[in-house]
Amino acid sequence: MTKQIHLAAHFPGVNNTTVWSDPAAGSHVEFDSFRRFAQIAERGKFDFLFLAEGLRLREQKGQIYDLDVVGRPDTFTVLAALAAVTQRLGLTGTINSTFNEPYEVARQFASLDHLSEGRAAWNVVTSWDQFTGENFRRGGYLAQSDRYERARTFLRTTTELFDSWNGVEILADQDQGRFLSTDRPGTFKHEDRFFDIEGQFNVPRSPQGRPVIFQAGDSEEGREFAASGADAIFSRYATRKEGKAFYDDVKGRLPKYGRSREDLLILPAASFVLGDTDAEAEELAHQVRRAQVSPQTAINFIEQLWNTDLSGFDVDGPLPSFDPVVEGEAIAKGRASVRQLAKDPIALANEWRAKAEAEKLSARELVIEVTGRQTFIGSASSVAETINQFVQEDVSDGFILVPHITPDGLGPFVDTVVPLLQERGVFRTDYEGTTLRDHLGLTYPGGPQA
Amino acid sequence: MTGNTPLHLGVALDGAGWHPAAWRQADARPKELFSPQYWTDLVTEAEAGLLDLVTIEDALNLQSDEFTEQDARTDRVRGRLDAVLIAARVAPLTRHIGLVPTVIVTHTEPFHISKAIATLDYAATGRAGVRVQVAVRNDTAKHFGRREFPLIDLARINEPDVQQLVADHFDEAADYVQVLRRLWDSWEDDAEIRDVATGRFVDRDKLHYIDFDGRWFSVKGPSITPRPPQGQPLVAALGHADVPYRLIGRAADLGFVTPHDAGQAADLVARIDEQRHAAGRQDEKIHVWADLVVVLDDTEQAARDRLARLNELAGAEYTSDAKIFAGTPAQLANLLVEWQAQGLSGYRLRPAALPHDLHRITRGLVPELQRRGLFRTQYPENGTLRGLLELDRPANRYVRA
Repeated sequence: MTKQIHLAAHFPGVNNTTVWSDPAAGSHVEFDSFRRFAQIAERGKFDFLFLAEGLRLREQKGQIYDLDVVGRPDTFTVLAALAAVTQRLGLTGTINSTFNEPYEVARQFASLDHLSEGRAAWNVVTSWDQFTGENFRRGGYLAQSDRYERARTFLRTTTELFDSWNGVEILADQDQGRFLSTDRPGTFKHEDRFFDIEGQFNVPRSPQGRPVIFQAGDSEEGREFAASGADAIFSRYATRKEGKAFYDDVKGRLPKYGRSREDLLILPAASFVLGDTDAEAEELAHQVRRAQVSPQTAINFIEQLWNTDLSGFDVDGPLPSFDPVVEGEAIAKGRASVRQLAKDPIALANEWRAKAEAEKLSARELVIEVTGRQTFIGSASSVAETINQFVQEDVSDGFILVPHITPDGLGPFVDTVVPLLQERGVFRTDYEGTTLRDHLGLTYPGGPQA
Repeated sequence: MTGNTPLHLGVALDGAGWHPAAWRQADARPKELFSPQYWTDLVTEAEAGLLDLVTIEDALNLQSDEFTEQDARTDRVRGRLDAVLIAARVAPLTRHIGLVPTVIVTHTEPFHISKAIATLDYAATGRAGVRVQVAVRNDTAKHFGRREFPLIDLARINEPDVQQLVADHFDEAADYVQVLRRLWDSWEDDAEIRDVATGRFVDRDKLHYIDFDGRWFSVKGPSITPRPPQGQPLVAALGHADVPYRLIGRAADLGFVTPHDAGQAADLVARIDEQRHAAGRQDEKIHVWADLVVVLDDTEQAARDRLARLNELAGAEYTSDAKIFAGTPAQLANLLVEWQAQGLSGYRLRPAALPHDLHRITRGLVPELQRRGLFRTQYPENGTLRGLLELDRPANRYVRA
């Protein structure tokens, strides 16, 4: 049977994906933007909406980074409010496993699952840095090497809490006066290096049993973490070659955990630019990229690799001739990409210089090239064709789309690409189930006694 | 009816109502306590009654008839949803009524709660508040397991070491509220500039580190969420003794108290006023509302009979920290007017049974008060919760003149 495509929508956060200077760009904070975005996604019969999270404003050179969208609302609160203005759309939120406690996160997700009647999903991310920790009671206490260990045990602990009610405790028998079938509902006890907790969980089992579990993260440990227990991965490999390699790698890790290939969906983030013709889309994509990478943005990006102040640098000229500074603290804080850049900065700088020289690119053009996030560019039929090809070839199981205009940028995709996918029989024409697990084709987790 | 000061009314929502047998009343919906429709119906009913606000109770433990530990009863409502999420779920479906979820300050992160309540204020376009509550149960602390948590011994409650423990909890709560307010102020209202010419989305000079450093926690800031529509959402707290009155006096915009007669009402108003002055808030207004459990019916006898039936079903007479009123809406209106003269500005009514007593409030009490010229007959257009309570939008402490 032809593989069915999964589609989701990512409300853009604080990266330079968003062209906030466009007159069509709206608020990133007011609820109306989220409502419109979610309702467009639901009109397109998407599986879910996805929200990222940030717990400290980014900084560069000791100052708050001010070139991209700054500021966003709280994940749980937005998702619960969106549950009121959508009926079927899944509601996926990124919540950090470092700066939270299992009891609280478990009750928030279980509550969201009740309040959305089975549409909640949790993207489990890890963080450890003292920089973010400065906003929290316990400060920066987690060694980097411990972050996945804490994430794994955090997830295990919350699963125990979700499972602490088996779903049959509430009788609410008015005649007999029995509200509960048991006198100790939600009993749990968990002890390990990170958590030593016991008691009774206070949210009854939710419609999906547990929220759907997503994992984002790309390291060896991150991949193992996902293979061992996640329902879906939010990945960053949306190109044919990289996507296929990631897909094969992660799906290949499943058997050792007793899981099959259907148990874990791989959903890369993907952007798109649509035009009436492929040529028109290319031209528009070029404009979008230039709006996303202003001269100042380019300088800041180069500073992140060179790890030094480049104020006054001419981005229309070549990349710096000197090597990146490898000593000392990172110039940029609170930004995941810095870890990628810091792996081998001198080698990467050489690679960039070689590319710039070979393709005759200015520094800014080089940044535009190497940070290119536009996955699907073309007419609606070209984009539909490519997406379908990618999914059928196991580059992914679908895509999480990130429009560059908020909140209405998803509209053209929904109105032009989705119908073409539906015509091909590779995307649903209506929701068949009511829960996110239904949309994703995931099984319902049994409770401890189910 | 000139000369009468209109009073304010809120309703406290909790499970099937405040009486432990409320879930057994015929019109109760005990199987739906965890459904969104149940909460939507209650809050839209409260809004139909033009009430100022609803509060939503919460806890990080199961309900218990025991103050310090978990009971094992199977004949009571047990289990609850997160109150902030309930408030967010109903926010887009309501337009005027204030939404005040409870948050437990003892085990949660002020940074998370600050952005959650700010976001609720965005989703509700200026109608958010938060009621802060401490959690003293030792078994609740074990759900988090990361603090030494000495037990509060109720038998020795007035002894100095126990009083010190209580004071510590409330001092931590006061720090918590200070962090909430500083984080809400950490963005100036016009920080987002979208200046295409310079490529800057925000003016970083209008974002502020709060650099809070206290005994229990330190928080750097700024918030990740821009300043909410009300500037600072409403902060409320319930108190029964001088230590919590001190928290209300220094940290709250709205204090809930539990007088049992007019004399006590006058005394509590005076004590909170004293704490307000002691905290240096001479120029600020704090609402003091009395909590009342209400059992309302068309005749006093019917209300008393219903309360008796509920007590019988519960197997014991219901007692409460607040006065339990059983009577007609008109009799309740008389009481509200009498106590209001002692300086209260409003009431938080706790319906004994839901939806029954909520309906008697919105469809009986409210029209009665309106007839007496003591309650609004419509909401202002595009109002905020602060607006409903005649509280100014706070100036931002970080704005340099």
